[in-house]
Amino acid sequence: MNGDQMMRAHSATLPAPQFDNPAWVTPVALTDARVAIVTSAALYAVGDEAFSAGDTGYRFIDRDRRDLVLGHWSPNFDQMGVKMDLNVVYPIDRLEELAAQGIIGSVAPRHISFAGNQPDDVSTIRLDTGPSAAAQLRQDGVDVVILTPV
Amino acid sequence: MSVLAHIFEAAGIATVVLSSVREVAQKVAPPRALHCEFPLGRPLGIPNDVEFQMDVLSRAFALLNEPSGPVLVDHPVVIEADEQPVSCAIPPRFDATLPPSVDESRGLKRAYSRALERRGVTSVGRCITADEVPNSLAVLHAIANGQDWTTAEIPGGNVMALCHDIRTYYEEAALELIDGPAPGGRAMENWFFETTEAGATILNARTAMKVAGAKFPMWFYMAPGNR
Repeated sequence: MNGDQMMRAHSATLPAPQFDNPAWVTPVALTDARVAIVTSAALYAVGDEAFSAGDTGYRFIDRDRRDLVLGHWSPNFDQMGVKMDLNVVYPIDRLEELAAQGIIGSVAPRHISFAGNQPDDVSTIRLDTGPSAAAQLRQDGVDVVILTPV
Repeated sequence: MSVLAHIFEAAGIATVVLSSVREVAQKVAPPRALHCEFPLGRPLGIPNDVEFQMDVLSRAFALLNEPSGPVLVDHPVVIEADEQPVSCAIPPRFDATLPPSVDESRGLKRAYSRALERRGVTSVGRCITADEVPNSLAVLHAIANGQDWTTAEIPGGNVMALCHDIRTYYEEAALELIDGPAPGGRAMENWFFETTEAGATILNARTAMKVAGAKFPMWFYMAPGNR
């Protein structure tokens, strides 16, 4: 079993939070939508606070930053793809192109990075830092979020 | 990610998840998910392939047109992780009096520096600098060869962070030493742990620490779990 197969098999056995009565937003037309990326790759801009092991917080990534450090604490995934091309995890250049083509309305001024290695119950993210990040993006007028996992 | 999707949706933002573990997306049931059976760490699939990345985004955004959810759709392409090491030549030994991994890491310094200059950013630096990599490998070499890890002065004081920094130093140096299209997922990890002296040193130090009774998380996360 290679590393990816092992990690997928392991992740499938972990307890998963259940959401009763989940929210459903009917989005504005994509051509009018402001889009943000939320990743769990633990990327952060040079000079910003690094992610600690077990960090439940998030970092903003300004739209123009490309000097991003990979701060993820898991050794169990490919780390080279993102070094060769940021967009394979954080598709910021693709969003800029889609905005220039008029396919999406606009690119959000700030994007969000969490660390994917979290306690099983993800309670802090559910109750504190997740809602906080969402409120910040709402202030920025974000309509649509694309979530990219690591 | 699927959990965060529910949270953002509750705050009034429409979400689409690029799922990487299908069972998790099924259980957590975010409003909209495109399952992408791609190498872990590459949710958009293929580095430097604009067309493929745009295809992933296009299929993901198309889910915003669904009238109700949860929606879980599979991307039609499956990309497996690479089982083989990438072909990456390492500079020849220079000083045979040094432990092999120490000598090897010194030989990669120029490639690492070129990578740093070209990219302008490095992910080395959790607990040591690039200049401290050779000495750090000397410490791990000593542990692998019988030194008591509890009395070894582990650079940076955190062996998990240390192993991240060493591996990152090697992988970033390798960016300057390989040609052709981007290696597949895990090809670089395979290269590091299966062909380099540093990879062998980390695995041997890890085994020595496990045998010597180090706590599970300390030794286990020095390398991927399947090694």
